[in-house]
Amino acid sequence: MPATETATKRKLSRQQYLDLYYYMRLNREVEDTMTKLFRQNKIVGGLYASLGQEAVSVGSAYALEKRDWMAPMIRNIGALLVKGVPPRDIFTQHMAKFTSPTKGKDGTSHFGDLENLHIVSPISMLGDLIPVMTGVAMAGRYLGQKIVSMTWIGDGGSSTGVFHEGMNLAASQKAAFVLVLENNQWAYSTPVRRQVPIENLADRAKAYGIASYIVDGNDVVAMYCSAKEAVDRARAGEGPVLIEAKTFRRRGHAQHDPAEYVPKEQLEHWEKRDPIALYEAFLTKEKLLDAKGKKAVEDKIATLLEKEREFAENSPTPPAETAATGVYCTGDDCHKITPKWERPINELLPPKSSVDPVWIVEGFGRGHNAARGDAPIHFGDVTPAAAAEKQAAAAPPPKAPLAKSHAQSNGKPPGNSFTTSAGKKPAPAAVKSGSRGKARK
Amino acid sequence: MPLVTFLEAIKQALFEEMAADPSVVLIGEDVGVYGGAFKTSEGLLEKFGWERVIDTPISESAIIGAACGMSYMGLRPVAEMQFIDFIACCFNQLTNFVAKGHYLWNAPAPIVVRGPSGGGVHGGPFHSLNPEMYFLHTPGFKIVYPSTPYDAKGLLKASIRDNNPVLFFEHKFLYRRIKEEIPAGDYTVPIGKAIVRREGKHLTMLSYAAMMHTSLEAADALAKQEGIEAEVIDLRTLLPLDEETILQSVKKTNKCLVVHEDTKTGGIAGEIAAILAEKAFHDLDGPLVRVTSLDTPVPYAPTLEEAFLPNAQKVFAAAKELANF
Repeated sequence: MPATETATKRKLSRQQYLDLYYYMRLNREVEDTMTKLFRQNKIVGGLYASLGQEAVSVGSAYALEKRDWMAPMIRNIGALLVKGVPPRDIFTQHMAKFTSPTKGKDGTSHFGDLENLHIVSPISMLGDLIPVMTGVAMAGRYLGQKIVSMTWIGDGGSSTGVFHEGMNLAASQKAAFVLVLENNQWAYSTPVRRQVPIENLADRAKAYGIASYIVDGNDVVAMYCSAKEAVDRARAGEGPVLIEAKTFRRRGHAQHDPAEYVPKEQLEHWEKRDPIALYEAFLTKEKLLDAKGKKAVEDKIATLLEKEREFAENSPTPPAETAATGVYCTGDDCHKITPKWERPINELLPPKSSVDPVWIVEGFGRGHNAARGDAPIHFGDVTPAAAAEKQAAAAPPPKAPLAKSHAQSNGKPPGNSFTTSAGKKPAPAAVKSGSRGKARK
Repeated sequence: MPLVTFLEAIKQALFEEMAADPSVVLIGEDVGVYGGAFKTSEGLLEKFGWERVIDTPISESAIIGAACGMSYMGLRPVAEMQFIDFIACCFNQLTNFVAKGHYLWNAPAPIVVRGPSGGGVHGGPFHSLNPEMYFLHTPGFKIVYPSTPYDAKGLLKASIRDNNPVLFFEHKFLYRRIKEEIPAGDYTVPIGKAIVRREGKHLTMLSYAAMMHTSLEAADALAKQEGIEAEVIDLRTLLPLDEETILQSVKKTNKCLVVHEDTKTGGIAGEIAAILAEKAFHDLDGPLVRVTSLDTPVPYAPTLEEAFLPNAQKVFAAAKELANF
């Protein structure tokens, strides 16, 4: 069983250090802007904050390459920004504008981009992204792409059944998949200790036989280093990796929730560990950031967000008639579905794809190919031999068994066969005999 | 042309689509070495290998989730439910993730979810389900339920090529009991088109899957014994429903009987009744009649299951009464 690990804190380039700073600040400013919009009643539905968790989103997503795939959760606005989503998409989504990525059909971070940014949209049901991103990784390997997929889950979502199904499938498939388990201590109003009787959620990785890390989720460099190591390992074919990031949700579940159930002392403890303040202190100490540099980042973000917010506020709401559109893909004119092959296709077609279809059990040898021959059938169905026998016995099929037996009806079901249909082609040309309910006799 | 079973037709469709397009993969429980519980994927692993025929843990949600993720990468996964009853285990993945993706965020999910359904084989309450109406209420799916080998092959091929999630139900009672001559090569049957199996003028009989055969049997007896000519229509696809073919027939016969193996309350007969009330009210010369299974779970004992299921006698009696209305 692999033990939980701690990634080596590596030295980053100056640009990488400053990128992490920029994206954390951008993450917070985007959310601050949305809080103002919420208070002005310009956000249509709920607003979920990641205040204090920015290092998790930013540090982990920063470990992904452009070709990689991710699926954010509701509090991973920072991951969206790192992957290249413009802030206007986040604003328009929350304001339900026609210019939003979903054209107003869904809100919050519920949007994706399959073509360019390789982002899968989350849904509100927790845990479902785990098998979906496992499938993305499996398909990536099949297509010959060297991609890694990543998603996030909270301490709350880690209790769902599909979390287990997804992690187990990912592990058994050795999928190039990284799960960031964001332990922010609270699932809505329920503390983690009342959800799970273990200290470290990363311990669950042992049950799946996969590697895991525990990381200080408020230390962006540690977060990045763990994610980078995990992504590299997954890409190298070592299988999925689970990272538990210890962090804290400093707002309620959403804007409506004052979170009075959280002890004041706990909140204060984590406020002192603000990831951006901690990182600023680090950057200052390392002489990577001074007052001038900080001001430049703030100005850049302010200018950007002013423009993006204005775009969103001035965007139209969706026309009512679009409500009825888009349930189905209408075909190639709507979406031309073409996988991006990065390996020769003939490897996947016979004869090259053909294998000896048997299980080999270590220490015991080979089983037989159960699929071959006239195998016994799962209960309830007729065996091929029995079907053939009945077929022969039924020929020529009775002309009108129903009419005959109905004439002698004594309350029992008349007729005991599906007759050959007189219907036009394509109709069944020959059928079995033996009525429903009697097939097993 | 050779005679092939319904089951063989399914196998042919899978084989031909996988041979023609490497983006088609099969994922499910025991679909590989074992060839599927009913042998519908027999021989596929041998031909196409471990990467394309994927045996999974017993995790229906993970099967559908992974198929969904694969489809986002441009693949066309066929996901098998070992028995269609188990589709309940992945209800959330299907209805919230797969079905809503295109409408919400423009993400097509070209997945086929297929598996053996239906009763009449003493499978009991957990191996006999007709699950169509759980999903008919969810915008985003197409729902196909064929009754003949010809249609099973042609519709499965069309489903695999469709860019939308298709729920493809295979009535297991038909697997080895129905044989017909079908073309050996490539053909498709369009999704969303019903077919008139038997022409008639006195009443319209709508059905699908195994009950289509029961309806035909009853229709033949009605003609021979009572001189009643029923027009039997095989719906083939339940979503989208071929309203045009239904309305055309009902406007001719002025009477309509729906036969389905699914339970009565909330069955598709109710939806058809609503459509006729909306669009053919003045054409109806009698009440819409439903012949369906009882509103109970599928019971196990043969005597109970026979009482539960519709049969040709029940259809005969209901149709005769309607014709004389």
